[in-house]
Amino acid sequence: MSKKRETHTHVKMIGSIVLVLAGLALLVAFLLQGKNVALFHPRGMIAHEQLRLMLVTGGLLLVVAVPTLVLLFSTAWKYRESNHRSMHDPHVRYSKLLAVGMWLIPSTFMALLAFIMWPATHKLEPQKPIAADVKPLTVQVVSLPWKWLFIYPDQNIATINHLQLPVDTPVRLQLTADEMPMSSFWVPNLAGMLYAMTGHSNTLHLIANTPGDYPGSSAEINGAGFAGMKFTARVGSSEDFSRWIDTVRASGRPLDAAEYEKLLKPSENHPGALYSAAETGMYDKVLMKYMDPSGSEGHMHHGAHHE
Amino acid sequence: MKEFLLGKLDAHALPHEWFTIGGTAAFILGAALIIGLITWKKRWTWLWKEWLTSVDPKKIGIMYFIVAGFMLLRGGLDAIMIWLQQALSSGDSYGYLSADHFQQIFTAHGNIMVFFVAMAFIFGLINYIVPLQIGARDLASPFLNTLGFWLYVAGVVMVNMFFALGGEYAATGWLAIAPLSGTQFSPGVGVDYWIWSLQVSGIGTTLGAINFIMTILKMRAPGMTLWKMPLFTWGSLCSMIMAVTVFPLLTATLFLLFFDRYLGMHFFTTDLGGNAMMYTNLIWMWGHPEVYILMLPAFGVFSEIVSTFSRKRMAYYKSNILGMLGVSAFALSVWLHHFFTMGAGANVNAFFGVMTMIIAIPTSVLVFTWIATMYKGRIRFGVPMLWFLGFIGVFSVGGLAGVLLAVPPADFQLHNSLFLVAHFHTMVIGGVLFGIFAGINYWFPKIAGFRLNERIGRYAFWCWIVGFMMSFIPMYTLGIMGATRRLDHYDASTGWQPFYVLMLIGGIIIMIGVALQLVQIIASIMQKQRLRDTTGDPWDGRTLEWATSSPPPPYNLAVIPEITSRDAFFEFKQRGGLPRAKYEAIHMPKNTAAGIYISAFAFLASFAFVWHITWLIVVGIVGIIVCFIARTFNDDLEYTLSAAEVEKIEKNRLKDVRSEPRQGRDDDEDMGLWEFIKIVVTWALGLIGIRRRSHGN
Repeated sequence: MSKKRETHTHVKMIGSIVLVLAGLALLVAFLLQGKNVALFHPRGMIAHEQLRLMLVTGGLLLVVAVPTLVLLFSTAWKYRESNHRSMHDPHVRYSKLLAVGMWLIPSTFMALLAFIMWPATHKLEPQKPIAADVKPLTVQVVSLPWKWLFIYPDQNIATINHLQLPVDTPVRLQLTADEMPMSSFWVPNLAGMLYAMTGHSNTLHLIANTPGDYPGSSAEINGAGFAGMKFTARVGSSEDFSRWIDTVRASGRPLDAAEYEKLLKPSENHPGALYSAAETGMYDKVLMKYMDPSGSEGHMHHGAHHE
Repeated sequence: MKEFLLGKLDAHALPHEWFTIGGTAAFILGAALIIGLITWKKRWTWLWKEWLTSVDPKKIGIMYFIVAGFMLLRGGLDAIMIWLQQALSSGDSYGYLSADHFQQIFTAHGNIMVFFVAMAFIFGLINYIVPLQIGARDLASPFLNTLGFWLYVAGVVMVNMFFALGGEYAATGWLAIAPLSGTQFSPGVGVDYWIWSLQVSGIGTTLGAINFIMTILKMRAPGMTLWKMPLFTWGSLCSMIMAVTVFPLLTATLFLLFFDRYLGMHFFTTDLGGNAMMYTNLIWMWGHPEVYILMLPAFGVFSEIVSTFSRKRMAYYKSNILGMLGVSAFALSVWLHHFFTMGAGANVNAFFGVMTMIIAIPTSVLVFTWIATMYKGRIRFGVPMLWFLGFIGVFSVGGLAGVLLAVPPADFQLHNSLFLVAHFHTMVIGGVLFGIFAGINYWFPKIAGFRLNERIGRYAFWCWIVGFMMSFIPMYTLGIMGATRRLDHYDASTGWQPFYVLMLIGGIIIMIGVALQLVQIIASIMQKQRLRDTTGDPWDGRTLEWATSSPPPPYNLAVIPEITSRDAFFEFKQRGGLPRAKYEAIHMPKNTAAGIYISAFAFLASFAFVWHITWLIVVGIVGIIVCFIARTFNDDLEYTLSAAEVEKIEKNRLKDVRSEPRQGRDDDEDMGLWEFIKIVVTWALGLIGIRRRSHGN
């Protein structure tokens, strides 16, 4: 193949790559129409801030990456063997200044990023309460074999796979797990995820600012029923919330020890349930089960070992 | 009695599902075919003496390539199975796999691709190239090298063993995060197979790493100071130092998990003081550096290629090395970014976020040194160079996504989503696998004695690139839509299905690329006379591996020259060739089967641990110890090639070099795809007795 034809082939190839990329971008944009693009459609302050941070960081990165890539590919193209107009100089002398520069430029950008990132990490730390005039709502979340148990301690009700929230009210979620490997609680429209682990209580603060139904799931693999371990976070007005509490209370089925034992049995794609009352201190009991060996009998597989 | 003999093994362990029966049948058929072929060709002795027991790093390197190549196909098939399930399983459809089977597949996919493909290819390249580049005749310990390779093979067998016995692999994700991997949640043998396949091959890696560090530090040609060492060797050295640092950590962690599972201990269980978060920390303290262990040699490959294909010395050589050293050092202190979402708190998260960002600095420096090297060069866009450019495109996307993931609040949204999965695939495929492909295309002439077909190589490259964009752009998008990883089913209302279908199509295009790479090798073998590299230096190379014949004689370089500059061979060429010296007798290590025996016993022991067969555990461990001791009593470890023999080999080689003038590199008459298909079809028709009448016309 002649040099000219070679160049021609490369131009054709680069052209087709650009076409494929543009086509893909169009297709993706088309397919995204009317869909819930969770991270780009934040419905709460935390998710909103997280998106903003992603965009700022991403933009800053592109400022340094795009010129570098353009420089790389254009250098490769300019000094191709078949281009006789470009100077070939195998003994070119490199400036010492450039050597310093190639360390300084990325360092500066990373320092800049770090200065943005450090305070943002503290500001958006999930354990940090959200400042608001309204009293926060506490929900205790237990990851059970392939379903989510939500206990509302102040309202004294509980649900499976349904998280009802009043709009514009800070929510304090306490997360743990029972008879489950690590799970990860995630409602991407409202806030980032946090792990739910046995014998450990994690706190996740979030707030919902737009009414609607938002999908939630476990983002960490935890066994065969993992994909079906989904729930809905329903955000409504505070009147909706009170009405909903009343409905649940009226449903007449309390969550007692016997019912909880049933929930501990693995089940997949649980359709959800509402409990008119929840045993007081249930969440703490679940936690303590893993702290105190004497309380763990009957549940633990290695129960026989501790005498 | 039965329990004593067979432990937990029973009839249920035999294959009884379509995939275990299919897998077992495929392995048995494949083995029967190979055994039949070898027996028919009467090649057993040859195979045993020339290859299996060889301690020649070049032959061990090739064996690594072959096994890793097969594992690449196996892992690729897993990928297609994963994507097919996800493309189908939306709404009312649940696809063709059960959740448990699906989870086993992606676990196996991850393990195979990281341990048995990427690691093995990297070790293959290091084995073949590093001794040549530093002008060594063999390794510091040839025996450790063969042992490391055979332990790797034992790991490969172990990871596939579940097809035949047990019927299940770990369904835990590739790192078997606790407590999911404990007996409470994974009571079957799957996790045990996982533990032991990684344990055995991991110990092989540690041994290999020690060996290469010794070799690189102590066996370089005279005059080759560290600051004159080729960059691939530098990358390998950094990588191996990291491997020695972190692989013992993997070994220990696996042992702790094994104690939990086998002896009922409580390191990582949910109860009795076990701490699963400790497992997550330990496994990532190894797991994150592991990625860089793979990446650094690949960086070295790219440095060699950019320099050779630009016909220029590497620019900012020392910055490049400092970059690689920087990556190695910081890679050890970033592991926590794999679980910001576990809830360690803002200060811890922010610290590890900063550490992670720091890694981006030396990595960018590497990119700048490559740009500077190309500046004022004369760049040939051979296939290795194409892979380099593809690497830059893909790797920078992955790198940017990586820095984004290093920002903890952003990571809370992106972690464990398909965005994360797309990120590390763009890193490992774009960085490591493309590096391996570039390296294989670059060093193939050295290894095989003829270069690879460029035309089909280009087709394969473009299939990979297009298929890759097709799969991973939708994957990033799905992550942003809130799709978590490892889903075997999702609701139709999510609108994710078209993206999963695109991923599958992309995967199929990548598979076509893989098929074309096989075609590339076959077509090159068919044309090998024309592609023959008689000079040993097909690319106008710069480092010592090009100073010897292709393929090199067992002793690599007949006379080890005094090195005075960085691009040693290029300097010699400028001065009119390697310095002449009198040939001398060469001492070479003798082949040994000890590595095979020890690995076989290690395999038996680990198999016995999986199935709780106590007597076999004892046999395995005693066997290992006895073999080691027996090996130490063997004093007959070397043979000598006399000066006359060396002279004869070298004369033949020089005759070859003189008889055929070096062919121009750009006369592109390589066989095209169409021509290849015609030849194959004609051959196949001839084989089944149909002769085309139009043949003579």
